[in-house]
Amino acid sequence: MNGQLTFHFDVDGSDFTSAGQASVQVKKDLRQLGLSPEIIRRVSIAMYEGEINMVIHAGGGTADVVVTEEEIEIILTDHGPGIRDIAQAMQEGFSTAPDNIRSLGFGAGMGLPNMKRYTDHMDIQSEVGVGTVVTMRVSIPK
Amino acid sequence: MTVAGLLQHEAFSPVCLPDGEREICGVYIGDLLSWVMGRASAGNAWITIMSNINIVAVASLADTACILLAEGVTLSEEIVATANAKGINILASTLSAYELAVCLSRLL
Repeated sequence: MNGQLTFHFDVDGSDFTSAGQASVQVKKDLRQLGLSPEIIRRVSIAMYEGEINMVIHAGGGTADVVVTEEEIEIILTDHGPGIRDIAQAMQEGFSTAPDNIRSLGFGAGMGLPNMKRYTDHMDIQSEVGVGTVVTMRVSIPK
Repeated sequence: MTVAGLLQHEAFSPVCLPDGEREICGVYIGDLLSWVMGRASAGNAWITIMSNINIVAVASLADTACILLAEGVTLSEEIVATANAKGINILASTLSAYELAVCLSRLL
């Protein structure tokens, strides 16, 4: 692989049942690049959790994935309500998801912790009333 | 044991088996989808009572060998079609999650 590959996705915020289309597509693309199943699994789960968050909380957003020889970077951008207290949001079990989302099996307060668990680096920039940008990176072992 | 191999046992009935030769390595039980994505291992048979479309995406991303629907849970035709298209194996059973786990511990 020379240079870098980039993928861009619009995440539709209106349809919860279609959430995950971008992650499933990225999984396919990474498989075609010949990356290991474990790396693909980590990237696609982290990205799916981020997608779900954007659909639940922010009315959708965009997902950009940059693949280089060294790492995979995922940038999730939304213009939702923002996160008031990021440290609190990062705690396992803390959730502000509504009941209808919980009945679907989400909203257990595991999304952000899973994103951190499965990536080597995660950064959240958020401003209340403006939106949130989550950047995650997964290193590709030599 | 393969996913298709489970069908030798009367407890399991097929819902869709696009990748029936997939080998099962271990079992995970859970209905909170993020919990499943955080804790299930690739190749696990995943026992759940959840029946919404998101289970197909979770099984695909977590790379489980199959979904085992417990307690007689059924899926809509649309979900089954999506699972077939995405290569996700699904079996169903009238047994509870606990009974399925006991059964699998003997079989695997």
